[in-house]
Amino acid sequence: MTTMPAPVSLRPRRAPGTLTGTTQLVRLCLRRDRIVLPLWVLIIGVLLPTTYAGSIESVYPTAADLQRFAVATAASPALIAMYGPIFAATPGAVAIWKAGALYTAIGVAVILTVIRHTRAEEESGRSELVDSTVVGRYAELTAAVLVAAGASIVVGTSFAFVLYLYDLPAAGSIGFGSALAACGLVYTGVAAIAAQLTASARPARGIALGTLGVFFALRAVGDAGTGTLSWLSPQGWSLQLRPFADERWWVLLLHAAVTAVTVTAAYVLLHRRDLGSGLLAERPGERVAGPSLAGPVGLAWRMHRGSLVAWSIALFLYGLLFGSAAHGLGAQFGGNEAIDEIIARLGGTTVLEDAFVALALTMLGIAASAYAISATLRLHYEETAHRAESVIAGRVGRLRWVLSHLMFAMLGPAVALLAAGVAVALTYGAATGDIAGTAPGSLAGALVQLPAVWICVGVTMMLFGWLPRFTPAAWAVYVMFLLIFSIGSLTDLPQWALDAEPFGHLPKLPGATFTPVPVMGEIFLAVVLIVVGAVGFRRRDLR
Amino acid sequence: MDAQHVIEVRDLHKHFGHVHALDGLDLTVDAGEIHGFLGPNGAGKSTALRVLLGILRPTSGWVRMLGRDPWSEAVTLHRDVAYVPGDVTLWPSLTGGETIDLLARLRSGLDEYRRDELIERFALDPRKKTRSYSKGNRQKVALISALSSHARMLLLDEPTSGLDPLMEQVFRECAREAVARGATVLLSSHILSEVEALCHKVTIIRDGRTVDSGAVEQMRHLGRMSITAELVGDPGDLRRVPGVTDVVLDGTTVHCQVDEDGLGDLVRLLGDAGVRSLISTPPTLEELFLRHYRVENGPQHRVATEVEERT
Repeated sequence: MTTMPAPVSLRPRRAPGTLTGTTQLVRLCLRRDRIVLPLWVLIIGVLLPTTYAGSIESVYPTAADLQRFAVATAASPALIAMYGPIFAATPGAVAIWKAGALYTAIGVAVILTVIRHTRAEEESGRSELVDSTVVGRYAELTAAVLVAAGASIVVGTSFAFVLYLYDLPAAGSIGFGSALAACGLVYTGVAAIAAQLTASARPARGIALGTLGVFFALRAVGDAGTGTLSWLSPQGWSLQLRPFADERWWVLLLHAAVTAVTVTAAYVLLHRRDLGSGLLAERPGERVAGPSLAGPVGLAWRMHRGSLVAWSIALFLYGLLFGSAAHGLGAQFGGNEAIDEIIARLGGTTVLEDAFVALALTMLGIAASAYAISATLRLHYEETAHRAESVIAGRVGRLRWVLSHLMFAMLGPAVALLAAGVAVALTYGAATGDIAGTAPGSLAGALVQLPAVWICVGVTMMLFGWLPRFTPAAWAVYVMFLLIFSIGSLTDLPQWALDAEPFGHLPKLPGATFTPVPVMGEIFLAVVLIVVGAVGFRRRDLR
Repeated sequence: MDAQHVIEVRDLHKHFGHVHALDGLDLTVDAGEIHGFLGPNGAGKSTALRVLLGILRPTSGWVRMLGRDPWSEAVTLHRDVAYVPGDVTLWPSLTGGETIDLLARLRSGLDEYRRDELIERFALDPRKKTRSYSKGNRQKVALISALSSHARMLLLDEPTSGLDPLMEQVFRECAREAVARGATVLLSSHILSEVEALCHKVTIIRDGRTVDSGAVEQMRHLGRMSITAELVGDPGDLRRVPGVTDVVLDGTTVHCQVDEDGLGDLVRLLGDAGVRSLISTPPTLEELFLRHYRVENGPQHRVATEVEERT
């Protein structure tokens, strides 16, 4: 050794570097997320594997049951699109089949985590305060990445452990756990890039979630079809690791490579930009307000138009994808007698295709509900930022202000779903050569989702009116709806609990017959929730 | 009610759970005046303004602005009211110019000529997105919009926080012009010099309660004059004059404080002794303010004294 350590301290103080302060910032992230983070780690890492693994023995006690289930599932492209294929009729492979949706769920969780601790902080101006202390330039991004990546690894480890506790093979358990964690790592990198692109957190979140959605769609369509497209998607890779069905460990290299590339790219982008700015410079805007910016509706339009256009385009593209994948699904399974028999019993390939379209449209309805909730939450964020005060201090009644936003929260998803319905009608109709025959069903299937979407608006409005501090808890209700819809049937939940979710009650169009009762009932419920919420808001103080 | 009072607040209470933000507030503002609403941070000034706007519902008490109940008639009332919040937050994706017009259109429109003039005087670049504005610039946006509107009542919550001294001067001119046009201004502030320089009347609040109210001139009379005199002869012990305190003798110069009643006697005495120069300074609101503030700390002083006595 050429240098002597300083006599007073065994560990000489390093010169402040670009990562100085990362440890404190990690602790700050954990402190700020002390409820949300453990919550999603517990739900994905403990609650769900317990549900999946716990149900398998009681639902499918024998090998023959497993085999029958695997074959029946293989005959349903709609289910494969949603969850992925079943690669083997083993207890493990069947148990984790529905967990295929979690590759996307963990992506949502890490994206929200990373953006919250990077771009959202910068936008609020808190980063400036933090950066003025002895904190390195890369510390904030590093802390967010470490927290999200750490949480992903904890979730994966815990998931594997729970599966193993239920006597499933260790290799498969570890395989699924790593596939899940790896997906979390990839989207941590995606979110880290997105956080560098725009000056404000909302579009950054949109870019990252949009990317996640595109990869989900590629995987869904790929798995329902020939499988090629699935290889373009991180969720597809995780499925292709094939836990409990002769694991292919090399797939993890794909995740690792993409994670390394995306995280590195995020640092390069961060290095090139100023604090608080995006990559695109701002141009000077209007000197005076145009005639449309004249009242609360004009203002709401300015706030909602971006997401309305983005969601409509996104749902339209999804519609194109699903619509074009639907036709010919049944034909691919030809050759397998057992599957042919099931298909015939179900009513032939048209029924199969209709069911696929109906489920795809329900999924788009669930996506549109997320849009509806985020649009309704504008009310909450306008109020907490004290901007609502500026509007209500004008000659604008509270109800008019609420309606200016609700209008977009209710009609925006309708426009987006209509776009999806049109896209499905075009592509599905073109593939079958019978646009006139399939279009009404496709459009109806899209629009019939609206009552459930509006119930989500109603729930948010109810919270906003009566429990304003907890308005964002609408997302918790949404996640609950989602969980009941996707895995409720696997659990021992009583029937009333399974019914506490609005999407499953609606007629599954095209294919099923239109039943007006649930549709009218849900519309009525949504209106009641919205009205009662609005009454609550009129009575209370502004915060 | 008296049509002259544009704001009438009597015994107003506003509770947030156990916190009594307003605890018996009285406030009367007459048409055409600039009324200072003075109090330390957390005294309840913003809460009072938000009750006047109908954003908060009073727990109890009587509130009228322009003859209307702010809670039940908020919308009609707001045609004639322009409000500048204490902490101005704006829509980040709109430009400053768009925001000025939008806020004005949400009231009863604006005078475009005056708007352009004010943008000029406040030196604001209206084409920038508000997210890139500093606090001072956001404040300017809200002020320009309010001052160029046709509102009869201006509610300004600490409007100069964030403005530089030059812009503060511009603001004072604009506020006076608004009153000249017939508007009434209620200006909350904790900056005493501002209230002193600008306001006709002032209401001082502490802990949600009105502690003093009156014309700024009148309030000064309540305080003590500060006297500095250079003397020729010896006037004797000045403390024997009732109302004179804080006597300091510095060579031939004497400094002291005197209340209104003792002023005549003191001047006579000094005149008899022979005066080379005499400077009398009216009390500043600062002194008034500190006097009220000391009352608040009174009990603590007493405790301290008791402890001293026991030891």
